[in-house]
Amino acid sequence: MLHYFLRRLGGAIPTLFIIITGSFFMIRMAPGGPFDRERVVPPDILANLMKAYHLDEPLWKQYLRYLGDLFQGDFGPSFKYKDFTVAELIAQGFPVSLSLGTIAMAVALSIGLTLGVWAALRQNSMVDYTATGVSMLGIAVPNFVVAPTLTLVFGLMLGWLPVGGWGSPANYVLPVVALCLPQIAAIARLTRASMIEVLGSNFVRTARAKGMPERVTITRHAIRAALLPVVSYLGPAIAQIITGSVVIEQIFSIPGIGRYFVQSSLNRDYTMVMGVTVFYGALVIFCNLVADLLYGVLDPKVRYD
Amino acid sequence: MSHVLEVTDLRTTFATPEGEVKAVGGVNFSINKGETLGVVGESGSGKSQIFMSIMGLLARNGRAQGSVKFKGEEILGLPVKELNRVRGAKMSMIFQDPMTSLNPYLSVRRQMTEVLMLHKGLSEEKAASQSVELLEKVQIPEAKRRLNMFPHEFSGGMRQRVMIAMALLCGPELLIADEPTTALDVTVQAQILEVLVGLQRDFGMAIALITHDLGVIARMADRVMVMYAGGIVEKGSVRDLFKDPQHPYTQGLLESMPRLDETEATRLMTIGGQPPNLQNLPSGCTFRDRCRYAFERCPVEKPLLTPFADGRSKACHLPSL
Amino acid sequence: MTDLTILPSTATVEVKGRSLWANARHRFLQNKAAVAGLIILVLIAIACFGAPYLGLRDQDDINWDMIQAPPDFAQGYFFGTDSNGRDLFVRTLYGGQVSLTVGIVSTLVSLVIGTLYGATAGFVGGRVDGAMMRFVDMLYSIPFIFFVILLTVFFGRKFVLIYVAIGAVNWLDMARIVRGQTLSIKRKEYIEAAHASGVSTWRIITRHIIPNCLGPVVVYMTLTVPVVILTESFISFLGMGVQEPQSSWGTLVAEGADNLEISPWQVFGPGAVLAITLLSLNFVGDGLRDALDPKDR
Repeated sequence: MLHYFLRRLGGAIPTLFIIITGSFFMIRMAPGGPFDRERVVPPDILANLMKAYHLDEPLWKQYLRYLGDLFQGDFGPSFKYKDFTVAELIAQGFPVSLSLGTIAMAVALSIGLTLGVWAALRQNSMVDYTATGVSMLGIAVPNFVVAPTLTLVFGLMLGWLPVGGWGSPANYVLPVVALCLPQIAAIARLTRASMIEVLGSNFVRTARAKGMPERVTITRHAIRAALLPVVSYLGPAIAQIITGSVVIEQIFSIPGIGRYFVQSSLNRDYTMVMGVTVFYGALVIFCNLVADLLYGVLDPKVRYD
Repeated sequence: MSHVLEVTDLRTTFATPEGEVKAVGGVNFSINKGETLGVVGESGSGKSQIFMSIMGLLARNGRAQGSVKFKGEEILGLPVKELNRVRGAKMSMIFQDPMTSLNPYLSVRRQMTEVLMLHKGLSEEKAASQSVELLEKVQIPEAKRRLNMFPHEFSGGMRQRVMIAMALLCGPELLIADEPTTALDVTVQAQILEVLVGLQRDFGMAIALITHDLGVIARMADRVMVMYAGGIVEKGSVRDLFKDPQHPYTQGLLESMPRLDETEATRLMTIGGQPPNLQNLPSGCTFRDRCRYAFERCPVEKPLLTPFADGRSKACHLPSL
Repeated sequence: MTDLTILPSTATVEVKGRSLWANARHRFLQNKAAVAGLIILVLIAIACFGAPYLGLRDQDDINWDMIQAPPDFAQGYFFGTDSNGRDLFVRTLYGGQVSLTVGIVSTLVSLVIGTLYGATAGFVGGRVDGAMMRFVDMLYSIPFIFFVILLTVFFGRKFVLIYVAIGAVNWLDMARIVRGQTLSIKRKEYIEAAHASGVSTWRIITRHIIPNCLGPVVVYMTLTVPVVILTESFISFLGMGVQEPQSSWGTLVAEGADNLEISPWQVFGPGAVLAITLLSLNFVGDGLRDALDPKDR
């Protein structure tokens, strides 16, 4: 198992480097410096500014400097919010995004798995068709269409829930729903297909032939096997929730990293954009690693390779 | 005569979009205590579906009707809960494909102990030690260590032996073996059969051995029933059937077996034609289109399985071959 | 496995080539959802690209009397008007031109990148293949949208760039599929036979390899188009994609979301059309997949 973990880790580290390097060079090669947007800066002050931000050094030197800073957790200063460093801003916004994302993921998993298993057990029944239909909708309808619709119905028309802002549990409801719907759909679909396949497999037949009560056959033998594709999907699911949160935070004015990212992109706050990208990239890689480990727990074949 | 299994007029059908498939069309047979009944037939003859029906393992679109008595008690149509007391405990089944019949995600230990813990109420430790005993009985080396391993760490032949051990944990009175050696190498086949023979002796159980391989039948069976297109065409002792087949199909099967003891160059015999469409069976005798002896009565009247000698019966209009 | 065999009275042999496509077409046509999706897609495409010829209002026509007005079927404002008094229905159709074009072009970009990468990896094989695929695995974990956004932020909002960037988001799966197909075909004996009997490599590629790759590639492309359209809508919604004066479904939905309190209907028109298009694409894609590989159900 340790060997498997190390191998996975070995794959994760280069990926992180790709993200860091890619973002770095993309920024440095972009036309127009970070100070282009402001009012025209006199050349000597510009030279000083460039020096202060090390922008006058050769590219490779800047890169190494950046790497060194990263290792110490220093993402550099924000070009827009002059009083804050990127790290501070991320630290501020992350807990918000984290709570939103975790709850959305948890809800998506619980509802998605239940729905998927249920639909598979009651194939071709009303439950199955409803579940499949809802899944298709959830996957196709974009969350930036769903979110305003929900806001309209539950916020403006019925007045049950706040249309934006942050602070109370009520603020969580609409964003979480908008965020987790596509994932509920995807997970339910995946679980259903996987479960149907497993239910027809030879080893489930063996379990029944052994006289195992149906409940045991399903929980101990079938579900465990059916979970594997879902676990594989966890990595991409988290990545999708992160991307989804960018839009959701924007719509609901939630002070998370996603919203910082959007605003920094529009403001060309380079360090901030890069910092968030690297941070999110690292987060996704980490989550993938955890998902891989979970997969290894469930499937003995991979860990003994 | 104590019948372990008594099957009367078993009919199994599958509902498909193209029509109803009559997999088993009214079969009658019984298995006695401690005997081995060989069930021979080609793919599609219904030989497996009979026992899938008995074990309640039919596919979702399958329906079985008739009567199946296990030790005098009707089990066909029993609710699953009741059936689960019989299967795995008093009546077990092993399948053709050992590579996929074991759960790859659970340890062998788990898959074996759960049987004992469920049916005999044993503790995990006791169940584990009994499992080891049985693994040793099926000649798995280092049984104690292997118990904690996972199926993918076993070879095909070993997996089949694990399956056999698992099936015998509760000392069933009937073991149904559905083509247990078909998916294995010839050398491994011989080993598996050895194991089965030994175990039958030790446990005193009856075996229903389903196969298309006449060699296996000759080796292990006491009595044989030959299936064709969902029906039994001939029944009798192994000796009688091999020496003196009385149904054209049985005769064809025996003739088509390549033999090592033939000295001259002989043509490989085949039974011409194809098996009939189970959704659209021909009238009268199902074998008539391929039978070299067919005459006017054959397409008109379906021959019933009738006894003609001591312990023998056939479904054919011919008085004798 | 157990013998649930339905025995046809005459044996049918699966013949590759012509009859495979005919079979697939038959299966596809039997899938009602897929056929419905296809019809809807065609209708939407005709409506969007044929908008200039439909005798409708121009998309820039401003009607000062009807600013942010709700749908009015009598006057032909099916979706209502936006904050500038422009007919939202017409704007949706024209926006559809942009969204659909991005969908097709970017998918083609992703097809080209993925096919080249995958075919090379599969064809060359060995260590190179292993390394290339490991690279793909690594890229999988990266949320690409961030990079697309980075690209648009830093290199300006040139339209061409958006096509390429979005296409570059999705090539990974395509590469995997093409590589898989290439590998399995490379090993087939008829390639060896063709080679041995003197057929040129080019002919082998065009006559054998490409037709055999087509199936999964077509399916995958159909499933990529909605992802691409969604991505474009996503970034346009955030204000980083298509810029004025052009509009796409994403920008229209964004406008609608901004004006939710005043004119809630503004979201629904373009939102519904977007959702229906994506849904139809998914149905068609699923239908194609089932048709070309029935055991995948």
